[in-house]
Amino acid sequence: MSKSDSQMEHMETFHYDDEIVKRFTLVTLLWGLVAFLVGLYVALEMAFHQLNFGISFITFGRLRPLHTNAAIFAFAGNAIFAGIYYSAQRVLKTRMFSDKLSKFHFWGWQAIIVAAALTLPLGLTQGKEYAELEWPIDLMIAVVWVAFGINLIGTVIQRRVKHIYVAVWFYIATFVTVAILHVVNSVSIPVSLFKSYSAYAGVSDALVQWWYGHNAVAFFLTTPFLGLMYYFIPKAVNRPVYSYRLSVVHFWTLVFIYIWAGPHHLLNSAVPDWAQTVGMAFSVMLWIPSWGGMINGLLTIRGAWDKLRTDPVVKFLALALTFYGMSTFEGPLLSIKSVNELGHYTDWIIAHVHSGALGWNGFLSFGMIYFLVPVLWRTELYSKRLANLHFWTGTIGILLYVISMYTAGITQGMMWREVNAEGALAYPDFVQTVIRIVPLYAIRALGGAVYLGGFVVMIYNILKTIQLAPKAEKQETRDEFPRFVQKSFFSELSEAKSFSHRMLEGMPMILTVLAVVAISIGSVISLAPMVATNAMVQPNYDKELNRPYTPLQLAGRDIYVREGCYTCHSQMIRKTVGDVLRYGQESRIEDSMYDHPFQWGSRRIGPDLAREGKRYNHLWHYRHMKDPREVVAGSVMPTYPWLYKDKVDFGSLQKRISAMKTLGVPYSDEEVVNAETNARSEAEAILKDLSADGVTHAKVEHEIIALIAYLQKLGQRGGQ
Amino acid sequence: MSIVYVLVPFALLMGFGFLWMFVASARSGQFEDLVTPAYRILMDETELKKEKKNEQV
Ligand code: HEC
Repeated sequence: MSKSDSQMEHMETFHYDDEIVKRFTLVTLLWGLVAFLVGLYVALEMAFHQLNFGISFITFGRLRPLHTNAAIFAFAGNAIFAGIYYSAQRVLKTRMFSDKLSKFHFWGWQAIIVAAALTLPLGLTQGKEYAELEWPIDLMIAVVWVAFGINLIGTVIQRRVKHIYVAVWFYIATFVTVAILHVVNSVSIPVSLFKSYSAYAGVSDALVQWWYGHNAVAFFLTTPFLGLMYYFIPKAVNRPVYSYRLSVVHFWTLVFIYIWAGPHHLLNSAVPDWAQTVGMAFSVMLWIPSWGGMINGLLTIRGAWDKLRTDPVVKFLALALTFYGMSTFEGPLLSIKSVNELGHYTDWIIAHVHSGALGWNGFLSFGMIYFLVPVLWRTELYSKRLANLHFWTGTIGILLYVISMYTAGITQGMMWREVNAEGALAYPDFVQTVIRIVPLYAIRALGGAVYLGGFVVMIYNILKTIQLAPKAEKQETRDEFPRFVQKSFFSELSEAKSFSHRMLEGMPMILTVLAVVAISIGSVISLAPMVATNAMVQPNYDKELNRPYTPLQLAGRDIYVREGCYTCHSQMIRKTVGDVLRYGQESRIEDSMYDHPFQWGSRRIGPDLAREGKRYNHLWHYRHMKDPREVVAGSVMPTYPWLYKDKVDFGSLQKRISAMKTLGVPYSDEEVVNAETNARSEAEAILKDLSADGVTHAKVEHEIIALIAYLQKLGQRGGQ
Repeated sequence: MSIVYVLVPFALLMGFGFLWMFVASARSGQFEDLVTPAYRILMDETELKKEKKNEQV
C-alpha cells in the first residue's frame, strides 16, 4: 500500500477524447429524427390504413421493425455511447483505451444502422422482435459490440482512480450481458445471404426470444441509462448522489433479478406454468430495486429544487426518472397473470413501452445532450426558452400518447372477453373491437407528432448552439490526475499479496475472460437444441395430422415472416376464457413445434391466427389479402397487391426444406428432393379451387397461392 | 422445452458471474469508501476550471 501511495504523488496530464463524444451526440439527433418519423408514419398507418398505399416497402409490417430497431439501437444506442464515452473517461480519469477502436465502433455501428434501414423495408428479416436483422448484420453487430467492450474494459484497466464509480459498473454489465443475449438469440442456419431460419423452434424459440427481448430492455434500455443517470444527475445539480451506497445496492440487486423475468412476456401461453410463475415472481421483485434507484435519483435533486424550475437539463432528467418510476411500477403490475390477461396483446403494452421509451430513454437522452453540447463545444446553450418549449411539447406529446393508448388497450381488452347473458362473446366480430379504437390511434399519432415537433426544436437549438460556438483550434479537454499503479492480473497472482488486492487489479481482465468463456460456452450449448428438436416435443397424438409444413406452405410461411404479419397477428391462443371462446382450443406446444422461427407475436391489431386454417375458403383469403375492406368492412389491415404479381422461387424450396431438415424437422430425403414438384402440384390444386370460384388471373407461381396454403394449414396440427 | 436446459444454466452463469464479481469487488475494497467517490466525480476537469477562472479575471 505504502509503495503505491508514494507513487500517487506523481501528477499526470492527459486529454479526453471529446471528438468521439461529439460524433455520437450528433448521430443521436439524426437517428432520433429517423426513428420518430418512421414511428409517426406507422402510427398514422394505424389510423389511416390508406397510407400503406399498397407499396411493399412501406407497409406497416415492414416499417414497424424499422421503427423499433431505429428507436432502440440507433437513437438510444448512440445516445448511450455518447454518454458512456464522455462519462467513463472522466470518472476513470483517463482517455479511452484506443482511439482506433472508438472510431471503429462509431463507424461500424452507423454501418449496421444503415444496413438495417436498407434491409428491413425489403422484408429481409428473421421475424423475431427486436432481433429482426438477418445473419450477416448479426455478425457485424457481434464484432462491433466486442470492439466496444474491449475499448470499455481497456479503459477501466488503465484507469487512474482506484474506485470504479457505480456508473461504470452499469456500463460493464451492459456490455457483458448484451453480448451473451445477442449471440444466444441469433443462432440460426442461413439458407442464402439474406435468409436464415432460427435454430430454435416453437416454444423453445419463444423462450429464447423473450429471454433476449426482456433483457434487451433491461440491459440496453435500462442499465446503461441508469449509469448515465448516476453520472449526469449529480453533474447537472452539482451535488453528489443522495446515497452512493444505495446506488451500489441498486446495481447489484438489479443485475441479479432482471435475468429471470423473461417469461412474463409469455403468461397464460403454452409455456409450462412453472416457468411462467418464476418469471412472474422475479418481475414483481424487480419493483423494489427499481424504485430504490428512482428515489435515489430524485433525492439527489433535492436541495437544488430551484434548478428544476430554471435549468432545462434538470427538468428533463427529473421527468425521465419519474417515467422510469412509472414504467417500473407498471411492469411488475403487468406481470401479474390476471392483469396480464387483460393487458397482453393490447395497446396497454404499447403505452407501457412508450412511457419507458419516450419518457425515460428519450428525456434522459435529451437532458444529457442539453448538458453535453455546451460543455463539449465550450459555449452556452443557444436558447433556454426553446429547450423549455421542447420540454413541454415533449411532455404533452407523451401524455397524449400514453393516455390514448391506455384507453385503447383497456377498452379493447375488455371487449375481447366480454360475454353476454347467454355466455357468448359480446363482440364476436374482431373488427368491432378495432373500429372502436381507431379514433384513439389518431390521437396517438397526434401525440407522436407533438413529441417529434419538440425534438425538431431541439435539433434547431443544438445546431444553433454549435454554429455560434467559438471556433477553437484544439478542443480536447485536458485533465490532471496522479497515476494509480495498476499491475496485470497475472503478475499480481505471482506476487504474494493479499487476495483482495489482487482481485481488484485483476477485475477488468477477469470480467473479459468471463464474458468470452460465457459466449463460447453459449455458442456450443445453443447448438444442442438444433440437433435435438425432435426429442424436444413428444407429440402424443396422430402423427399423420402432425405433419410438418409442405414445401408450398413453408414458402407461404416465409412470406408471412417477410411481410411482418406477426406485428399485427398473434399465433398463440391463451388458456383464458376469452381466447378460447373466440379462437378455439388453447394452443399447445405441438402446434408450433416445427416453427423456425416461432410466430406467436406480441400484439393483436388483427385477430389471432393460430387456428385460422379452414375457417374460410381459399377465395375468401384471395379477396381478403387483395383488399381486406372488400370482405370485412372497417378493417385496418393493409392491402397486399404485390402478392398477386410476385412469384415464389420454387427452385430454392429444396434448399429451404433441407435447411429445415438439418434443424431437425422430420422430412424424408424424398420430400427434400421432390420439394419443387410437390409445391407445384399443391399450388395447382389451390388454383383449380380458385378458378372454380371464378378467379381468372391467378397463376401457380403467385405468392398469394403459397400464403393461402400456409394460412389454411394453421391450427390443423393435432389439437382439434 | 428442453431449451430451458440452456437458458437456466445461462441465467445461472450470469447470475453467479455477477455474484462472483460482487464478492470479489467487495473483498478488494471497492466498497470500503462509499462517500468520497460520489464527490470525486463533481471535481471538474482542469482545463475547464482554468478557462472559467480566466473568464472571471
Ligand atoms: C396493420 C395490421 C395488420 C397487418 C400488418 C396484417 N393484418 Fe391481417 N388483419 C388485421 C386486422 C385489423 C384484421 C381484422 C379485420 C379483417 O378481417 O380484415 C385482420 C384479419 C386478418 C385475417 C382474417 C382473420 C379472421 O379469422 O377473420 C387474416 C387471415 C389475416 N389478417 C392475415 C394476414 C396476413 C397473412 C398478413 C401478412 C401478410 C396480415 N394479415 C397482416 C390487421 C393486420
